[in-house]
Parts: sequence; structure tokens; C-alpha cells
Amino acid sequence: MNINVPFDKEEVKKLKAGDYVYLTGTIYSARDAAHKRMYETMLEGGQAPFNLKDNVIYYLGPTPAKKGQVIGSAGPTTSSRMDKYTPLILENGLNGMIGKGKRSKEVIDAIVKNKAVYFAAVGGAGALLSKCIKESEVIAYDDLGTEAIRKMRVEDFPVIVVIDSEGNNLYETAIEEYKNKK
Amino acid sequence: MRTIHTDEIIKNVSEMCISANLYLAEDMDKKIRQAACEEDGKLGKQILNQLIENMEIAAEDKIPICQDTGMAVLFVNVGQELHIEGMSITDAINEGVRRGYSEGYLRKSVVKDPLIRENTKDNTPAIIHYDIVPGDKLEITIAPKGFGSENMSKVYMLKPSDGEEGVKAAVLQAVKEAGPNACPPMVVGVGLGGDFELAAKLAKKALTREAGSSNEKEHIARIEKEILEMVNSTGIGPGGLGGKTTALAVNIETYATHIAGMPLAVNMCCHVNRHIKRVL
Repeated sequence: MNINVPFDKEEVKKLKAGDYVYLTGTIYSARDAAHKRMYETMLEGGQAPFNLKDNVIYYLGPTPAKKGQVIGSAGPTTSSRMDKYTPLILENGLNGMIGKGKRSKEVIDAIVKNKAVYFAAVGGAGALLSKCIKESEVIAYDDLGTEAIRKMRVEDFPVIVVIDSEGNNLYETAIEEYKNKK
Repeated sequence: MRTIHTDEIIKNVSEMCISANLYLAEDMDKKIRQAACEEDGKLGKQILNQLIENMEIAAEDKIPICQDTGMAVLFVNVGQELHIEGMSITDAINEGVRRGYSEGYLRKSVVKDPLIRENTKDNTPAIIHYDIVPGDKLEITIAPKGFGSENMSKVYMLKPSDGEEGVKAAVLQAVKEAGPNACPPMVVGVGLGGDFELAAKLAKKALTREAGSSNEKEHIARIEKEILEMVNSTGIGPGGLGGKTTALAVNIETYATHIAGMPLAVNMCCHVNRHIKRVL
């Protein structure tokens, strides 16, 4: 399935846990330090450095780009470290997250409440995924180095829907399904 | 007495950091390809094939296999008849790491203070474990360690009465808790015996042993095999999305321990289990 990013809530509702999706459009990178700073800014009444509404965040800290490269190795980091900050970010309109690994109950509840979606990219496939990133520009928190926020244009970026807007969780169902099949 | 200059150490450490991050160790490459052929989970197989494609792109285009190019962990065996000339060996190793991570366009993932968290911007300091050994050689093993899997590692202070079953149950529990977070298929490094900190060090060292090799002790080799089977029956699979390839290897290293205890450490590693050794 191919979809364009950003996407609206109607599109979110069509995505089901287990769907293999290729994303094309604009996404933003942010990981630990950027989340902490965004979160603290928002708690103090400030704004995130880009409009969260309808957007997708990729939990990413790439390796440096060599001359002629758009970006270095660019695979997902473990999402659970962003769990503390995620409900507030979802409340502010974010529609999707790309990472890897389990999410907390609070995040899953916030995904359902705000009608959002959690995708996994293949962990450790940073070289392959970097090829799907066609443009990349640091737009905020430059001082954080690899943890800065980047605006990126992606083409056919491969992800799997892990938690959909109804709270279905592929990490639970896929293992059960595999075992039942045996 | 043989003499080695620290310039030689710097040069080799720098090259090894780059090489370990661009080219997956042969044992891991072989294991992943074999697993891709044998995997019967639909998504699991797809993921393993993506990992193979990823390795090939990384090697061809010289892009790190994974963006988490790790904290540089080194096991250094210093021959007691070797004289090291130049700067301090620790400074030389750190200079090698600094150069490797800069010249190799590797990610700088180290913060100076665990709470203040300011990036050191050169991926130093490295974590260095020294051993003094017979001979006049310097043996350096570098294992850049990613933290997605590192974070899922555990130390259990088991009791002697927990026995073999207790060891198996604890490792299995650690693997289940790690699940998709540790980027399966994983390599499970196990340290058994010693004391609190030696168990953890042995677990890390176990990760540098060739995937698919067995412990020299017969009963430990059997337990490695049995735990691997248990782990691969969990159904977690590649990416945690279902399949029989949850781990590619379980490596156990042991040491003598106290009459009152049985420390067990489980050091998780993802499929990008980087390790490279040179003897100078």
C-alpha cells in the first residue's frame, strides 16, 4: 500500500495493524533529546519547532552524511524511550510515529484517543532505509547534532503498521498468529 | 623485549572502528543468510531479506550497516613481554576511536555525563577491558555496541539451587522482555559465574565469540544449544513480527564463582553484532 505523508485522520483510520506501507512525502526526525526539549517547551506553554498537526515523526539519529550523500545510515531507534513525551505530542495533533519496539500502555491509549498510528521500520537496516530519504534538512535544535530535528522528503519508505488507531498491536498478534499456524 | 609504538595502535583501532561498522562480520553474515532461507514466518522472512539487502548496500556504498554505530567496546590482551612506546595505551586507543569515528562518518553517540548528557562529539571515551597475557603480542578486539539491545540486558544474582533450569528460565525471560526492542534476530551473550561485574563482562565477551561456535565445556555447549532452541520457539521472530529466527546464537562464557552464588548476566545484541580482532 502506498500513502502520502502527511495524512489526515481519515487516512489514519484506514491503516490496520499488519499493513505493509510505503510512505512518500515529508516526515520529521526526532529522538530522545529533541523529544525532551519539545516536551519541556510545550509544558511551558511554547510551541514545538514545527507544526505537529497531521505530521509523522521518525525516531532517528542518523550517521553523518558524506559528501554527495543526502544522509548517512538512517534506521529507527527504540521507541519506548519516547513514551514519556508521546501522549502530549499526540494531543498536539501528531498523526504518526515511525520507530521500533514496544510502546507503553499510556502511549497505546493516547494513540486510540487521538486516532494516530505507530509504524515500525526494520531495525538495523539503516543503509537500506537511507536510500529512501531524498532530501534532509536540519530545521531545529542544531546543537543536538545527530539528535537535531530534520525535515526529510522520503520516497517509498517501507514501514509496517504495528499499532493502529483502534489499538490493535501487531507485536502481540503476529507472534500468536505465527504460533497458531504451526 | 618487543616494542610497539602507539601510532601503530591508533592506526589499527581507527581502521577497525570503520571496518566493523561497514562490513558485517563473516559469521553473522552467514547466519543471517542461512536464517533467511529457513525462516517460515511471512513478515519474518521479508525482514531477513531486507537485512541481507541492507548489508549489501552498506558494504557497496560504504554506509554504516546501522545508524547506531555504537559505543566502542574493546577487549585488549597485552602480552607481558611487550613494551609500548609513545603515549599511554588508553590515550592511543581513544585517539584511534576518535579518528575512526570522524574519518569513517560514524555517529557520535557518547555523552560525557549520564545526567547532564552533553555529547563528547568524537565518540570517546571507549570502554576498554585489559588483560595481561603471556607473550609479546597485542591482541585488540573491537565490538562497537548499539544501545537498543544493550538497554534490554540484565544481571540476575541466581542462587546455586536455581541450577541449570534457573539459568535457562532467566535467559528466556530476558529474551522475551527484549522482544522487538533488541532488533531480533539477536545474539544472546551470557556470562555465568564470577561475581556481579565479572558476569556482565563475560556476557559482553561472549558476544565477540564467533556466532555458531560452542563453549569448550561440553555441558555449557549443550545448554547453549538448548537455550537457542527455547528462544527460537517463542515465535518472536525477526523484527518481533513472528517467526522462528529470534536469535542467531546463544554464547555462554563461564568463570569460577562463590559457594553462595551463581551470578548470571545476559547481554543482548542485535543482528548487527559487530566484532573484529587484530593481533599486533
